[in-house]
Amino acid sequence: MEIIMSIVAGVLFAAGLYNLLQKQLLRIVVGTALLSHGAHLFILTMGKLKEGAPPILDYDISEYTDPLPQALILTSIVISFGLTSLLLVLTYRAAQENDTDNMENLRGNHDE
Amino acid sequence: MSNLAVLPIVIPLLAGILLAFVHKKTILVRNLAKIFTLGNTAVVAAVFYQVYQNGTIILETGGWQAPYGIVLVADLFAITLVLTTNIIGLACVFYAPKSLSAKQESFYFYTFYFLLITGVSGAFLTGDLFNLFVFFEVLLMASYALIVLGGEKVQLRESIKYVLVNLFSSILFVTTISFLYSVVGTVNMAQIAQRVQEVDQRGILTTIGILLFFVFGTKAALFPLYYWLPKPYIVPNPVVSALFGALLTKVGVYSIIRVFTLIFIHETSITHEMFIWIAGFTLVFGTIGALSTNNIKLIVAYNIIPAIGFMIMGVGIFNETAISGAIYYLVNDMIIKAALFLLVGAVTYLAGTSDLRKMSGLINQYPLLGWLLFISAFVLAGIPPFSGFIGKLLILQGGMEAEEITIVIIGLLASLLILYSVMKIFLRGFWGQKDESIKVDKKAANHFTIPIAFLMFFSVLLGIGAELFYPVVEDITNDLMNPDIYIDSVLKE
Repeated sequence: MEIIMSIVAGVLFAAGLYNLLQKQLLRIVVGTALLSHGAHLFILTMGKLKEGAPPILDYDISEYTDPLPQALILTSIVISFGLTSLLLVLTYRAAQENDTDNMENLRGNHDE
Repeated sequence: MSNLAVLPIVIPLLAGILLAFVHKKTILVRNLAKIFTLGNTAVVAAVFYQVYQNGTIILETGGWQAPYGIVLVADLFAITLVLTTNIIGLACVFYAPKSLSAKQESFYFYTFYFLLITGVSGAFLTGDLFNLFVFFEVLLMASYALIVLGGEKVQLRESIKYVLVNLFSSILFVTTISFLYSVVGTVNMAQIAQRVQEVDQRGILTTIGILLFFVFGTKAALFPLYYWLPKPYIVPNPVVSALFGALLTKVGVYSIIRVFTLIFIHETSITHEMFIWIAGFTLVFGTIGALSTNNIKLIVAYNIIPAIGFMIMGVGIFNETAISGAIYYLVNDMIIKAALFLLVGAVTYLAGTSDLRKMSGLINQYPLLGWLLFISAFVLAGIPPFSGFIGKLLILQGGMEAEEITIVIIGLLASLLILYSVMKIFLRGFWGQKDESIKVDKKAANHFTIPIAFLMFFSVLLGIGAELFYPVVEDITNDLMNPDIYIDSVLKE
């Protein structure tokens, strides 16, 4: 199972990187979203996907899944959520002010 | 008693939240910010004194034992850097009112400033790798807000690049932590260090170490990863530039020093040897950048890069002399970079341009600023009585001890060119024909000069009073070179 998940996360990373290298601003934002999905999947996979009950205390159950990676992912998800929304607004404003959403044209001129 | 360790994080956090409620009342916010920063600096100085006298303060948050809960570790290294951070914050908060427009000030500048200080202090004090990531995000998030504050065309354009690069390296940081978790099964730094020494997994751990170096190297702007730094650092207000230049990259350097003296010390022939090469390239490319431009802000921004190179060189050489040199240089460089950014900000404000070709003879109107710039160039290059000298001397001496002659020569040549790049501002901007078109604004000049002189005072003190500060650096070096001290004090064995 870990092998399959690692491959999926790897594909997400590759797709994210490909989108990150595009010229259109919105595709770059999509790329960062894919990358963070890949990273979160990695955390889950690296915490070992052994079978067990959800980490809620119950006296009949002796085997639980590892709760720590889940907490780490939850933290990381809200952080990347905040960042993505900031990035979206930033792209919107930058595209409006500079009249372009093409990274090539966002280089600026020499005199600044 | 051990709660002292959390105060440098909590006070600015509360101050930032409080100031968000009254953000429209500019004068009130301004004065409150000054009071809070002064208070925080006093508290941090007290904590520093405690740590220096009685040793590391460890706070297990929530009363959970060390590897299970989050620990805050206020050892001498961390608390020294927090104190330096607060001194810089003090100068910036007194510089800000004149430099910022009323609109920028009322739109939460001080809130974000305090959140930045929170993030930086937290990153210095934490003893947990994932918590370090969270504090990185706290300080980066505040820096994103500060860099676009004002919303000009160039700011929006450059901030996108800044946000993207930092977002990518943060994602990589999380991934690396997950790899490390799968190998050693913990995120507590002391326990990671302990287990790395025990498990026989050299290959994978070295890979993870290099991945972490890549992450921190992006934050700290090392050779192949520095391309994002210069331009985004010059577009915001000078105060913001000063905070960025002094604090943000140095958090990356701190993390590299911490991780590669505590955790990944099992394969120094690969990792630390690589640092020396990277430091050499960083020195060369940073100085080339600083020499290439006539924009005074860009000259100072490029000068951040070779300074980082010197510190990483100290880590790479990895003997006691070089590490203590790197620490001395780190503290000195935080202060002097803040002073330099504030200086060029003042010059840009007073001369109305940041282009060296369009200004000259400023020494006639503003002699004090001119001589401060003169001294700061000497500090930066490492001319003997000043503080840059001692750090560089120790690093280069360490290099000679380790017989890394090439890097020592590169370091010396880079120092020469750094001196030239900053002296160029003095020679072309302050000397020469008096520019009659500049209207003298004594009030603004005085306002700018006081915080800069305050920082320069510390910088000069650090050089002249070296014997006073050297015992602290020696203690820090001793802690860093013997990671068992850190591990034992956190895990209490």
